[in-house]
Amino acid sequence: MPEQLGAAPAPVAKLIDAFHKLPGIGPKSAQRLTYHMLRIPPEEALALAQAIIELKEKTVLCSVCQNVTESDPCNICRDDARDRAVICVVEEPLDILAVERTRGFHGLYHVLHGVISPMDGVGPEDLKVNELLTRLRGGSVTEVIMATNPNLEGEATSMYISRLLTPMGIRVTRLARGLPMGSDLEYADEVTLSRALENRQDV
Amino acid sequence: MPQQLRVYVTPAIVLRQRKLGDADKILTLYTATFGKVDAVVKGVRKTKSRMAGHVEPLTQANFQLAKGKTLDIVTQVETIEPFQALRGDLERMSRALYACELLDKFTETHEPNFELYRLLLDTLSRLATRDHFEVAVRFYEMALLDAMGYRPELEECVTCRKRLTAITNYWTAAGGGVVCASCRTDETAVRPISANAVKLLRLLLHGRFSDAARVTIDAGLNAELERALLEYVRWVLERDVRSTAFIDTLRKRRPSRARTMAAAGDAPA
Repeated sequence: MPEQLGAAPAPVAKLIDAFHKLPGIGPKSAQRLTYHMLRIPPEEALALAQAIIELKEKTVLCSVCQNVTESDPCNICRDDARDRAVICVVEEPLDILAVERTRGFHGLYHVLHGVISPMDGVGPEDLKVNELLTRLRGGSVTEVIMATNPNLEGEATSMYISRLLTPMGIRVTRLARGLPMGSDLEYADEVTLSRALENRQDV
Repeated sequence: MPQQLRVYVTPAIVLRQRKLGDADKILTLYTATFGKVDAVVKGVRKTKSRMAGHVEPLTQANFQLAKGKTLDIVTQVETIEPFQALRGDLERMSRALYACELLDKFTETHEPNFELYRLLLDTLSRLATRDHFEVAVRFYEMALLDAMGYRPELEECVTCRKRLTAITNYWTAAGGGVVCASCRTDETAVRPISANAVKLLRLLLHGRFSDAARVTIDAGLNAELERALLEYVRWVLERDVRSTAFIDTLRKRRPSRARTMAAAGDAPA
């Protein structure tokens, strides 16, 4: 590409372009990041490049739970201390970290890598649903906990999966819906509040 | 003039959402007073958001919106009707999302049309409450096509203009209606349409919903109407309707149930 008057040199333009493709990065942020990279010491820039390369080269999806991992099967799937009869189904790998932080779950996971979204043309065949079915055919799993997000897409996904699993004789449960800690009752929506009432507990 | 107000209030139905940045979402609303509007809800993806539960797709709510530079911003929202029945049933939900997608694709933003708002609201209520709801979707497709200026020709042949006889004719999306056997050509992808189907299309177009709902529509007839109307919708929109794929998936997974639902028609309870 010949250098135009006032235009950035080709390598700079190339990096701006690459940053611009990232989620949440607009044209201005992409330029700012690129000129920042020009200013930092070469080893820092190389370390970043190396980190990206390693990310792509050294991670795979766990063949059992589809989580991102360095070793296949992943640490959780290999851990003998975990309960193999319960699988918690989540939308994204980050959701595993959120559930793990509770320290209240000791079973295994399954990552769908997305959620059914009819209006965006994302159907069950675009998710790791078949992998889940294959996993369950072994017969040792007794309960599947659907931990998809409590919104329309998450509900659709959990209902669809429950429809497939219930005939297999597996108990399918859903995370309870209720009021978040520190919230205000007067602002609660009807759906949340009515679920909270239905599933009320003894104090 | 509503355009000059900084803050405005209107009932609206949430057609769809998309994520914006870390915690925000852009809603596509169909408002009662201003037509289709895109609006940002800030912080709605955080657990403690006070608005999250009120802005889910398929919710009818009272919105207070502030005029923004490019997009309006949701400042307050309170649910009027959450349509819980649509959320608890995949069949109903998939049809309701299809209805929302059609309205989104057929309309431009900021073109007020209370009739369309009413039509979607009625359709969502029918989908939420009626035992047999396929006819509600067919009625909606026809009403929407008609309201947008694409009323199909059902009385005379679109080519020779002769009055149609009650025999098997042919459906042409490109021609915008029914073509008779002698005018039919292979080029315009015409498929046969039964005399019964044409009669029902006329009823959907001219009758009230309660009239159409009284007719027993078997699975075959519903499939015929569905194919014809969807083909025409796609031709008018010049693009695909994405949510139909999910309806098809559901039918494949549970053919027996989908068949009985369509088969029983939409007889009043």
